[in-house]
Amino acid sequence: MSETFTPPAAPPKAPATTTKHPPNWLKIVATAVLLVVLLLLPVIVGNGGVAYLKLAQYILIGAVGGIGLTLLVGQAGQLSLAHPFFLLVGAVGYAVLAGDPEESDDLVGLGLPPLVAVIGAIVLCGLVGLAFAPVAGRLRGIYLGVASLSLVFLGLWLGQSLDMFSGGTSSGRNAPVFALFGFEFANSTPAPTIAGVAIQKQQRLWYLFLAFALISYFLARGAVNSRIGRSWRAVRDNEAAATSMGVHVTRVKAGAFVISSAFAGLAGVMTALWLDLVKPDENEFTGTYSLTVAIAFLAVVIIGGLGSVPGAVIGAALVFGLQQFFLLGSQQFGWFADAAFGGFSAVVVSAFVYGAAIVLVILFEPGGMAAIGRRLLARRRSPDVPSTDDGGRTTPREDRS
Amino acid sequence: MNTFLQLLVNGLGKGAVYALLALGFVIIFKATEVVNFAHGSLVLVGGYLVYELKDALGWVLAAVIGIVGAALAALLIERVLLRNARSADHNSLALLTIGIDVIITEEVVRRVGADIPFIGDPYDSQPIQIGDLTVFRTQAIALVVGAVLITAFLLTFRYSNWGVAMRAQAENREAAALMGINSSRVTATAWLVAGALAGVAVLFMATQDFSGAGLGRGTHAIALIAFPAAILGGLDSTEGAVVGGIVVGLTEALSAQYISFEFSKSAVFLVMLVVLVIRPSGLFGTKELSRV
Repeated sequence: MSETFTPPAAPPKAPATTTKHPPNWLKIVATAVLLVVLLLLPVIVGNGGVAYLKLAQYILIGAVGGIGLTLLVGQAGQLSLAHPFFLLVGAVGYAVLAGDPEESDDLVGLGLPPLVAVIGAIVLCGLVGLAFAPVAGRLRGIYLGVASLSLVFLGLWLGQSLDMFSGGTSSGRNAPVFALFGFEFANSTPAPTIAGVAIQKQQRLWYLFLAFALISYFLARGAVNSRIGRSWRAVRDNEAAATSMGVHVTRVKAGAFVISSAFAGLAGVMTALWLDLVKPDENEFTGTYSLTVAIAFLAVVIIGGLGSVPGAVIGAALVFGLQQFFLLGSQQFGWFADAAFGGFSAVVVSAFVYGAAIVLVILFEPGGMAAIGRRLLARRRSPDVPSTDDGGRTTPREDRS
Repeated sequence: MNTFLQLLVNGLGKGAVYALLALGFVIIFKATEVVNFAHGSLVLVGGYLVYELKDALGWVLAAVIGIVGAALAALLIERVLLRNARSADHNSLALLTIGIDVIITEEVVRRVGADIPFIGDPYDSQPIQIGDLTVFRTQAIALVVGAVLITAFLLTFRYSNWGVAMRAQAENREAAALMGINSSRVTATAWLVAGALAGVAVLFMATQDFSGAGLGRGTHAIALIAFPAAILGGLDSTEGAVVGGIVVGLTEALSAQYISFEFSKSAVFLVMLVVLVIRPSGLFGTKELSRV
C-alpha cells in the first residue's frame, strides 16, 4: 500500500507558469462578471424565485465544506469520510452557543451573540478535529478513511442521545436567527429593497453565505499558496522526504485535519441556517449528517480535481446543486411525477449522476474539473508559448517510493 | 449467564457473516491493492436476484443464481471499469468503487421499493431450543456455513495452485508475472470469489433473524460494518479478516445487550479505533516500512 492516501495526479494548480504570462484578461473579466452575477442574484431571480436562491445557497454550503475537504484529501493526502460529523458538531455548536436560554427547559442555550456563536462553533470543530488528530496522525490511506467513518457513527449516536444539545431526532431544535450588529437575517417589515426586490430573510442569508464562501475560498487559496500548503503537499507526496526536509509530519497532518474540520464546522452552521433547523439524523445512511453526505463531499472533491480550491466549488455546484435542482424540478415542474417511491426520484437521479461523474472523472480525467479548466485556459494562451500544462499532469509524480 | 451464552452464539453467527464479507475485501485487496468500497452493493445485487427469482425458481436455485450473480457483478466491475483505468493508482480506484457503489445501491433500492422485503429462508425459521438457550436458526446456520466456507477458502489459499498464485501476486506483482503467473486471471478470480462470498453473506443478512434489516439500505449498511472487521484484522490478512469478523460480531451483540442497541454500531467502530491506535495496520496486517 502506498505511503499516504495519494490522490490521482493533480497538482493543486498549474504551478508558477501562470504568473509568467501576461494578465489573462478573459479570466479577469469572467471573474468580475461572475462576482456581479452572484451579488445581484437575489435581484435576478426576483422575489418569486426564492427557490432558486435556496438552491444557490445550498451550493455555497457544499462549496465551503468541499473546500475544507479538498485541502485535507487533495492537498494533505489524508482520506477522510468524517465530514458529516463535523457538520453536525458545527450546527449543534452554533445552536447551543447562540440558542435562547429561555426557549425551552430541555434545551441548553447560552444566548451568545450569533457572530460569536459562529466563530465558537468553528473553533469547537477545530478542537474536536484536534482531538481526533492523534488517531489521524498514526493512520494512513484507507485505514484513516475507515477510522474517520467511525466519527459519523459516533455523531449519529451522540446526536440521538444528547438531546439537550441537539434537540433529538424527532423534533430537533430551532436554528437561532443570525444577526450582525443588530441587523437580523430574518424577515422584516418594511424590508429594504434593491431594484424593487425586497431583501428578506433568504436574500439576506444569500449575502451572508456568499461572504462566508468568499472568505473560505480566499483563506484556502492563501493556505495552498503558502508555506502551509507546501508542507501539506510534501507530506502527501512522501512522508519520509518531508521529514528529512524538516517538516513535522504529525503536526502538519493534525493541522490539516483541524483546518478541514473548521471549514466543515462553518458549513454546518450554514446548514443549520439554511434548514432553519438543527436535527440529528435518524439513521446512518440518509439525512443531513449521514454517510450519503460523506460520499457527496468526497464526490465534490474528486469531481473538482483533488486539491483544487476552485475545483471544489465547481464540484459543489455539480453535486449539491444538481440534487437541489432535481428536487426543485420535481416540486415546481412535476418532474419525476410518476415516480412515487421506487421510481426515478430527484435523489435517485442526482445520485446516479454524481456516482457516474466519479467513475468518469477517475477513468478519463483524474485531474477533475480543475484540469479541464486549466486545459481550456492553456489553449487560449498564445500558441508560441510552449505550455507545460497537459491537463493537470504537469509534474509527474515520480517522487514517490 | 444464559443470556451471555446466547449472545455469544448470536455474536459468532453474525461474526461468521462479517468474516465472509471481510474476507471478500481482503482477497480483492491482496490481489489488486484496491479497497473495494462497492462490496455493499455486491451484497445487494445478490440479494436482489434471490428476491426476484425465489418465487419462480424456488429459494435454493434462486440463492445459487444470487451467488453467481454477485460474483459476475464483481467480475464485471473489475473487467469493465477497473482494468480500463490504467492511469489511476490504487487509491483512485478505491474512490472509483465508491462511485460504482452509489449507482448500484440507488438502483437496487429503487427497484425494491418501499417495502424493503426480507429474502426469506428455506429452512424452518423457528428458533432452536437447547436447554435454556434460544438460538436463532439463521445465525446457527450462518455459523456453520461460514465456518465451512472459510475453512475451505483458507485451505485452498494455502495449498492450491490458485492460492500460491494469489499469494505470489500479493507479494510482488512483477516478479509473479515474470514467473509465469497470469496476473489478469488471478485478479479476475479474486473478484469472482469475493463477489460469491458477498452473495452467500446476503442470504443470511437479509433475513428477519439477522438484524431486522431487509433488502435495502439497512443491509448495505451492515455490509459497511464488515469494513471495520477487515481493517482491524489487517487489510492484507485473510486470517485477520476472520478474527476481525468475529470480534465485530461479538462486539455488536454484547454492546447491543449491555449498553444499548443504538450504541452497538458505534461500539464496533470504537473497538476498531482502539485497535488501530495500538496497531495502525490492524491485528495481523503487515506493518508498512519505509526505507529512507
